[in-house]
Amino acid sequence: MEEFITTKDIHLYYGKKEALKGINLSFPAKGINALIGPSGCGKSTYLRTLNRMNDLISSVTMTGSIMINGQDIYSPKMDTVDLRKRVGMVFQQPNPFPFSIYENVTYGLRIAGIKDKQLLDERVEQSLKQAAVWDEVKDELHKSALSLSGGQQQRVCIARVLAVQPDVILLDEPTSALDPVSSGLIEDMLLTIRDNYTIIIVTHNLQQASRISDRTAFFLNGELIEEGKTKGVFLNPKRQETDDYISGRFG
Amino acid sequence: MINGGELSENSFSSLPNFGGEVILMDPIKDKIQSTSRETRQDIVGKVLSYSCISLIVIVVLSIFVFVATKGLATFVVNKASIWDFLFGTNWNPSATDKAGNPLLGALPMITGSFGVTIIAVIFAAPFAIGTALYMTEVASRRGEKLLQSVIELLVGIPSVVYGFIGLSVVVPFVRTHFGGSGYGILSGAFVLFVMVLPTVTSMTVDSLRAVPKYYKEASLALGATKWQTIYKVLLRSSTSGILTAIIFGMARAFGEALAVQMVIGNAAVMPKGLLAPASTLTSVLTMGIGNTVMGTVGNNALWSLALMLLLMSLIFNIIVRFIGRKGRM
Repeated sequence: MEEFITTKDIHLYYGKKEALKGINLSFPAKGINALIGPSGCGKSTYLRTLNRMNDLISSVTMTGSIMINGQDIYSPKMDTVDLRKRVGMVFQQPNPFPFSIYENVTYGLRIAGIKDKQLLDERVEQSLKQAAVWDEVKDELHKSALSLSGGQQQRVCIARVLAVQPDVILLDEPTSALDPVSSGLIEDMLLTIRDNYTIIIVTHNLQQASRISDRTAFFLNGELIEEGKTKGVFLNPKRQETDDYISGRFG
Repeated sequence: MINGGELSENSFSSLPNFGGEVILMDPIKDKIQSTSRETRQDIVGKVLSYSCISLIVIVVLSIFVFVATKGLATFVVNKASIWDFLFGTNWNPSATDKAGNPLLGALPMITGSFGVTIIAVIFAAPFAIGTALYMTEVASRRGEKLLQSVIELLVGIPSVVYGFIGLSVVVPFVRTHFGGSGYGILSGAFVLFVMVLPTVTSMTVDSLRAVPKYYKEASLALGATKWQTIYKVLLRSSTSGILTAIIFGMARAFGEALAVQMVIGNAAVMPKGLLAPASTLTSVLTMGIGNTVMGTVGNNALWSLALMLLLMSLIFNIIVRFIGRKGRM
């Protein structure tokens, strides 16, 4: 496996509490990786180390190294603005800005200084199509994104990330606040873009992980218990904890 | 003895059935149909709050009616024309023109009031927004608390103190650095600037704090810098709140009497510039109200000024409401 993202010995503390206890985990370029585990096991925290969103919380301290495409993203030379353009993130709650759909999708491009109207229009159409929401919103691009349904909002948020054309997309339980139909649409959409992006998705939905992911990592109490091809993890788990979790005996 | 009907009735009432007799349902019926203690408390609470509300409404309405009847008397009883009142520049209620109409041109005061208000707010708004952003986005928790208490302190200082400081610091400063006597719109605006700054700042802080945190997160996660996030997301989504804060500041500046009166020079003439002595609606009111006799033209004219002030604060309130409704979309 050629490693695109390599994290070595990640320890992360909220104040004194150790939330991640030495995570060694790698992801290949392109494809969907699922992070599973019970609530509070550290998978979301781990995800947020990959685009340095934990930097925003002042009580967090972290040790270890994270390389993305051969670059140490925690080196002092790393520009977080640059990093976050390459590593996009979709949150649990749909969080569109209270602007129009068009402005939401072009936000990342406009802050990067792109003003060319034609390019912006192209990207908007392309990203909304990729996010499988174009047909529903193409006639009302200038309506407020807040007027959309939750599922549509989440897909607009995904389009907003895709418009910046990142290498990596982090999704933090993107469908947990949505109905099954919207969740299904987002899953299908992720499958269509899996060849172009390195996707890492945190999910509580084990079926979702088994349906869409190529690789799965199982977290428990801040530790990585097992990691590997999704089929292997779900059908022949090597560790007892994994077996217990995926067969629903706890969590 | 017990048939089906009685059983169901009794089990429903859950009372013991002595000797199988049919129990009278009256105690339960009474209990259900009479008002409970909670309901009575509810009624007492409602009556109490409604009477408080009606008292306030009555007070406000009577103020309006009182000021309106007094203020309109100038035009109805003394036959002054509204046009001359609003656009005339000659304020001398004790004198009459050739046609015998009292000289009630309030434009100098209206200009003065708007002058000090607008200049004060134009300068206060950027300072207030800057301070608010510093407090919400930049400062450490300790710095924020410190600023918060400074602002609360500034709000609590009585206006006469502001006026006194204006008189002994601002007026000489303006005199030496800008010329003139030092009394005028500029000094008034300066004092008002300091007075409205805390109000506008704390309201702006509130509206910035009301912006959901996840907007900020989303923006940063898309590769925006802190300043881009502040400028393009934070300020933009709190625009209506900030505008409301500014209008509130204007309302406060417009209605301030004492501090302005102490530094503006109180000349009821059309201001010739920012440095020349001028007057505002409020300053003429506070200066004149003790020196006129109820029912005279001079007194009625002052009530007209008061009516004008009341209408302006009403307009400010309506604007705030309007902005609030638009902001909610």
